[in-house]
Order: sequence, then C-alpha cells, then structure tokens
Amino acid sequence: MEQVEHNIKIMQGNEAIVEAAIAAGCRFFAGYPITPASEIAEAMAQRMPQVNGVFLQMEDEIASICATIGASFGGMKACTASSGPGISLKQEGVGYAAVVEAPIVIINVMRGGPSTGMPTAPGQQDIYQAKYGSHGDYEIIALMPSSCQEAFDLSYKAFALAEKYRVPVYILSDEIVGHTRERVKIPTGLKPVERKEPPLKENYKPYEAGPDGLLNGMPAFNKGYKILIDGQLHDEEGNRAAHLPEVCAGLTERICKKITDHANQLVDIEDSFTDDADILVVSFGSPSRPALSAVKEARKKGIKAGCVKIRTIWPFPDNVIADLALKPHTIIVPELNIGRMVNEVKRVVAGKCEVVSLPKLGGLLHTPSEILAEIERRSKVCTR
Amino acid sequence: MHPLGEKYIRKGTLPYLWCPGCGNGIVLHATLSALDELNIMDRIALVGGIGCSGWIPTYINADTMHVLHGRTIPFATGLKMSDRDRKVVVFSGDGDCLGIGGNHFIHGARRNIDITVVMIHNQIYGMTGGQVAPTTPYNGKTKTSPYGNNEPPFDACELARVAGASFVARWTTAHPRQLSKTIQEAISHEGFSFIEVLTQCPTQAGRVLYGTANAAKLLDMLKESTISITAAKNKSAEELQGKLLVGKLYHDECKPEFTSCYYRRNNAISSL
Repeated sequence: MEQVEHNIKIMQGNEAIVEAAIAAGCRFFAGYPITPASEIAEAMAQRMPQVNGVFLQMEDEIASICATIGASFGGMKACTASSGPGISLKQEGVGYAAVVEAPIVIINVMRGGPSTGMPTAPGQQDIYQAKYGSHGDYEIIALMPSSCQEAFDLSYKAFALAEKYRVPVYILSDEIVGHTRERVKIPTGLKPVERKEPPLKENYKPYEAGPDGLLNGMPAFNKGYKILIDGQLHDEEGNRAAHLPEVCAGLTERICKKITDHANQLVDIEDSFTDDADILVVSFGSPSRPALSAVKEARKKGIKAGCVKIRTIWPFPDNVIADLALKPHTIIVPELNIGRMVNEVKRVVAGKCEVVSLPKLGGLLHTPSEILAEIERRSKVCTR
Repeated sequence: MHPLGEKYIRKGTLPYLWCPGCGNGIVLHATLSALDELNIMDRIALVGGIGCSGWIPTYINADTMHVLHGRTIPFATGLKMSDRDRKVVVFSGDGDCLGIGGNHFIHGARRNIDITVVMIHNQIYGMTGGQVAPTTPYNGKTKTSPYGNNEPPFDACELARVAGASFVARWTTAHPRQLSKTIQEAISHEGFSFIEVLTQCPTQAGRVLYGTANAAKLLDMLKESTISITAAKNKSAEELQGKLLVGKLYHDECKPEFTSCYYRRNNAISSL
C-alpha cells in the first residue's frame, strides 16, 4: 500500500469539514448561525481571513446560498452550511445552482425534524430533501460521512465533484459526526481542487456541453467571457428559452442525466464481510458505525452477517446494491428517520431478497445491540 | 439600431419582452450610456432580479446574472466579495427589492457594500398581471386590492438612507439624461448606492392606477409630480405639496465601504 505522509489532529466533525474545504481551495463561505452547524461558521470565521478568503455571516439562509453562488461565478470555490430549517430556506438557491450549473458545496449537519424539530439531536430525515428539495427536475450529488475522518475526506472530495460535474454537492453530515471529536489524518501536501478555466474564444457558449453532458470548465465573471447566467431555462448561449420546448426539454434532461449517467463513476461504498454474508446491513452516515459493531458481534456468534456503508448516497448506487443483494436472504437498513432509504434499497433489490427497515426516531442513534438483535431475529426467521 | 445598442446589446436575446411604452428601455439606454462613458464593461458585473425590470441587464453584453426573485443583493454581494476590483450593478423592481427582497436590501445598505442598486419603481407587480406592491399608493386599486389598497407605501430612498446607504438618488424615466449621469456617479461611488427610478407602466399601473395606457401621458405625470432637489430649495412648503423630490438626495463619500474594510482587516490577519 502506498504510504501517504499525513498530519494527525484531533478534530470535531464540523471542524474537519472546514479544514477540508480550505485544503480543497474553498475561499468563500457565507452562512447563518444554526445548531448543530454553527461551529462550521465559527471555524470559517476564524480560518478564512488567515488564508485571505471571505467569510460572511449573511442576514439569512437564503442570502447565504445566493452569495455563495455569486462568489462561485465570481471566481472562488465556495460553500455554505446549515441544518434542517436553514436547508429548507436554502432550497430556492439549490434549484438555481442546479440549473445554472454552479459548482458549490452545501453542508447539512442534519438534526431531527420536521420544522424546528430537535435542534441538538441527530437525524437523517433530510436525505430526500437533498435530492428533491427544490422544485422542478434536477439532480445533485450527496455524500454522507460517518466519522470525522470521512467528514474531512468527503468534504475535500465534494469540491472536486462540484467542479467536475458543475453541480451543487451536499455533505449530509449529522449532529453526531458534527460534534464528535476524533482522530483525523490529514495528508500533507494536499493540493487544492483545480478549477478548469474554459478556453477563451469569441462567442463563447457557457452552456455548450460535451457528449457526456458535462460543461467544459467553469468560467468566472470579468475574465472576458461575457456570460449570461439565467435561472430561467436557457439555450447554449445562456439566452432565455422558456418559449422553446425542445431547448427546455434538452436542458432539463442534460442537467439530470449528467449526474445519473455517471452514477457508476460516483459510487463510493465500503463493504465488510459481504463475500459470504446471508444477512447484510446497508447503512449510511452515523448508523454505519453501530452497524459494523453489530456485524462483528454477529460473526462471533457464527452468523454470516456483512455490512455496506454507502458514502455517495445520491446518485444512489443502484447497480452495486443490486449485485450485493444476490447472495443474502435479508438486507437490514438502519436509519435515523422513519424509513426512507430502505425504499431505494427495495427498489433496486427488486424482490431478490427480503429488505427490512430498522428506523430510529427521537434523536437517538441505534445501539450495536439493537442492530445485532435484528440480525439475530432475521437469521432465525430466514434459513435457506 | 442605436450605436450604443450595436456596441453593447446581446443580439441573441432580442426582441425585448417589454410592452410598448414601457419605461425599462429608457433605463437600459441610460445604463448603456453610463457604462459607455465610464468605459467599464470589462470590470462590470450585472445582476437582474425577477420582474419586468430584472430583464434589463440580460440584454447587455457583459457578465450578467439573472437571479432569483428578491435575491439580487446577496448574489451581488458574493460577486463583489470574490473580486473587490469588480463593480456590481443590480437591477431590481420595487416588488423584488422592497417586497420579497426587503431584508437583503436593508442589510446591503447597512453594510455599505460597494454595489449600485437601480430600483425600477412602477408601483405594481407588472409581470404577474398587476397586483398590489409595497409601493402602490394608498387606496390604489389593483387586481389584489380591488377595493383600494389598505397599506401605505414605502419611501425607498428614505429606507435606503436610514439603513446605511451612502449614495441615494431618485429620478424618473422622464429624466433620462439626469438618470444616466447619476448611474455613472453611483457606479463611481465607493459604497452602497441606491437609485430609485420612477417609471411608467402603461399596461398595468397606467391603466388601473392612473386611468391611461398612454405612455406619453404617464411620462408627463411623472414630470409633473416631481421636482428636482435644487429647484425645491427656493419653493415654499405649499408649492412643494404633492411633489416628490428627484436628484441626488444623499451622498456620504467618507463612510467606510464594506469590501475594502474587509480585505484590509484580512490582509492584516493573513500576514500575521
């Protein structure tokens, strides 16, 4: 294995996100105070001036995401952060960023909802909001960390994906990851994510895509491109095209397919003990930690259990999960909501095995023994 | 086409989507003259809101964002803060700026960030079909105030000034030359500059609030209902009754500007 030089730091998940953003070259942050994401704004306020970046506490959440998009076209890598109620407010900006193809990163340190909900308790109730929160058809990418290390690694990666796919990328962290302090390995000499400048030519078309649906780089304002950026559906030149059905259909399709067509490249999972598993625990974010403990305990008891942690949850890793579902008789899906992602698993498993929801509400994390109990119950029910 | 149009209009965006007699074309022309005089096209970023007047910058061949309803100033803030040498001009209607965007407006003014906001004021939500606005006169009948408007209107210039704007002016579309000169001056000013432009809207406000869709008549009304701040100095209170002041209403050249203060502080911190 290749040895990578790194520094080790003890960090809170929220801080790890900030350090990763700065390492990725993010130099603009706009936010608004909200529990349990405030430490991100606080750390950004401390760190951005040190790297000659911009920190703004805006008048509200909507202003924060709009300023972030403005800065992105202004020439900076930019992000914003919030939690449930704030993310709800930001949704009009998410849709705008998706349609104008602004590379921005949005951090949602998820807390229990709906509404003001449980400000200081974790939740995973916003996973569909991340995908469908703004009106209209569009696609985003969403990454879910389960540790401070993943908070760092995935946040760095989020900036790279945002640039490559010209899309808003969510980090769906949660209160547990956000407020946990643990060891984080930071590779030394981590280079900032590259922002590719499109070739400057006469009659540059800002929305002329390649055959893969992706735009060639990211132009900045006042660099000679003279671009028109419009939230109204537009043609390749950026001119409004709401009166042209074919152009509108083409754009809507492209901004969706540029993500879904690359779903296989975007897959990011970690699987443990899956080769011979009869029972699989499929999880994402914080519950994947008790899930792994439970699976190890089950193995000690002679149960062939395995687990899969999904780190890129949108686009959903359809093919990988479908393949992993061929062998086990049961898949258990623990999640901190009423049972949402289990529907995605059911959809792709398509009856090949039993899919069981293990929801946990009320702002508590599953204990390993709760997941283990479900594994044991299912191993007795289903023998094949 | 007018030489300024030949030089600066983004041809692919034509035809204009405005009604005959609309005042937005006058604001567009005044803006083009100002930008031409300043010779600043390479350094300018334009932001348009939602509503008829939000389209003004989309016709200009510059770096332009046509954004979300009410959110022009936050987008402009991101653009300005990401490159302090850039000059940012916002075009926002009265509903966009004072209704849905009211909070951003007062906070932009409070920061005194170097953004020029041209608020095109037609007293009504025109694009959506003529609904009452935060600027519609008291008792004015619109589609959503069919028995008369029960709310008093905002004085946008007063609001901008008390919120912290360092340059405040008001003109009408009946004063195109003065407007253009003021846009130039506002862009050159370092700080939050606000220009209210009262404009005729023959299709909506004209018909329902003033009983005429005749643009020329409406322009005459704008002229008659206003008086320049310099001419007003020698008039009695009686003579000024019912007249709205136009001209440069407020200008503070010494007020610290947000972006330069921010970067000055940043430079001190980052060089530690």
